[in-house]
Amino acid sequence: MDYTLREMMTVVAAREIKNDDIVFCGTGISMLAAMAAKSINAPDCVIFFETGAIDAALEEIPMAVADSRVMYHTASSGGLLDAFATMQNPTTGQKVIGILGAAQIDIFGNLNSTVIGDYFAPKTRFSGSGGGCDVASFVPRSMIFMQHEKRKFVKQLDYLTSPGHLDGPDGRRKAGLPAGGPELVITNMAVMRFDDTTKQMYLDGVYPGIEPQAVLDQMQFSVDISRAREVLPPSAGELAILREKCDPQRLIL
Amino acid sequence: MSKLAKDKVMPLEAAVKTYVHDGCHMAIGGFTINRNPMAAVYTIIRAGIKNLHLYVHSNGQAVDELIGAGCVAKVEIAYGGSGKFAATCIRFRKAIEAGLLQVEDYSNYQMTLRFLAGAMGVPFLPTRSSLGSDIVDKWGFSEGLRRSDPKLPNRKLTVLDNPFEDWGNTEKVVLVPAITPDVTLLHVQQADRAGNCRIDGLSFADVEQAKASKHLVVTCEALMEGDALHENAHHNQIPFIHVDAVVHVPFGAYPTACYQHYDYDPAYLKAYAVAAKDDEKYKDYLDTYVYGVADHQTLIERIGTERMDGIKADPRTGYAANLDRR
Repeated sequence: MDYTLREMMTVVAAREIKNDDIVFCGTGISMLAAMAAKSINAPDCVIFFETGAIDAALEEIPMAVADSRVMYHTASSGGLLDAFATMQNPTTGQKVIGILGAAQIDIFGNLNSTVIGDYFAPKTRFSGSGGGCDVASFVPRSMIFMQHEKRKFVKQLDYLTSPGHLDGPDGRRKAGLPAGGPELVITNMAVMRFDDTTKQMYLDGVYPGIEPQAVLDQMQFSVDISRAREVLPPSAGELAILREKCDPQRLIL
Repeated sequence: MSKLAKDKVMPLEAAVKTYVHDGCHMAIGGFTINRNPMAAVYTIIRAGIKNLHLYVHSNGQAVDELIGAGCVAKVEIAYGGSGKFAATCIRFRKAIEAGLLQVEDYSNYQMTLRFLAGAMGVPFLPTRSSLGSDIVDKWGFSEGLRRSDPKLPNRKLTVLDNPFEDWGNTEKVVLVPAITPDVTLLHVQQADRAGNCRIDGLSFADVEQAKASKHLVVTCEALMEGDALHENAHHNQIPFIHVDAVVHVPFGAYPTACYQHYDYDPAYLKAYAVAAKDDEKYKDYLDTYVYGVADHQTLIERIGTERMDGIKADPRTGYAANLDRR
């Protein structure tokens, strides 16, 4: 079966979404993953966007979370306050899974989407938090899309935009954040998860044909690779839905 | 003009001249590539207004063009990006990397709360967002800058132990300060002469931005005559008492989208992204599409009927279905 790494990443993420999840999506591949989940394994999951759209029909893939495509056939079209209430509400908030991305990630799943270099004289400036810091602060579960590169899996973030497990198992509590934090990281090579006890990242799975050592070679820090298994590639059925239904124009794929 | 006046319709140039000045503190509505008040932004650029202090949550095209044209000195922002067209706004990025723009970073929710606090007339609002992050620890504006501008609070934010102890299962909160812009610019689908506004689709944080502001300039796709918006008034989000100027500008959000009217123009946004990467090409872009047109209608005419028809919203979905966005 021929498939691209982006297709693999999208399907791996879609499989993590449960039928009773409320899914918070950002721009790009995270949107596609949520659309794929809805078409493949979690038809009843609800997709929502920080812009205030809840349960949009998503007949076409949005190019941004403010795309008019998120406004069509919603359950409710509000604004930012509504969206952030959904993820903090004691009832609905507990069902939310966030999907995030970043320029840098550390071993505890903290994210940088603000700058490379000194914050006060940056070498590279990125978009900034948007709603990323908010969702990372509030929701009980999140997954993160990353490219596996040494400059992205870093020992020390240049800027901590969105809190993961901060400095370890007690990090979020000490900081005053609700319990939660990232559950997994999906990359172009592998799936990483966070150890229940240490909250440090470990290698949970590698894509077919990829050696665990090759994954470590793309990271500044070392992680446990003893639990790594091979991740099941996308099936013909999953690929067909992804290509024909979710992203026929290949805007994201 | 009184905010209670029944007819606030005026030309865009006059509204900008009256309410937007060098160095003023300005908020912009819309979100990344949707309902940005582009006609007003281009008018500000053509008017040569400088040293603006901007307040936005997630903005894309409007912020980037204002920065690219050299109108902005400082920005308080959560996100500068135009979706897939520019993951990070290009002139925004260049200006920061060149040290030409001072930035204070917040999150989207924090910026929204700051506008809401301004609208409510309270000095700050609490949130748990950003605890443990560099948004709390690193302040873009120096203490000196904050002291030198009476329109700025003396702190970016502050962390407070919950005074109600463990009420709400919360130990601490981040307090974010209210924003009171001198002027806010919005583009809406419908407004009447007094300024009552009806937004279709998502309102983003437009309502909070509108109500936080000392002055509010609204551009609209459709200018509704008489009492039309008093029918089904539960569909209105902003009552006229907040509004200072109403300007009828069809396609006023172009090249960003306006739900139920037109989509974003992928050709424009892609060409913009190419031009924005190169200073010479960017100058050509400004000369052709901004300084080279007298007003927004001239820009729309220059783009041409064929392209404008191509982004016309399909009435069922509110966007241009099957638009080639590659």
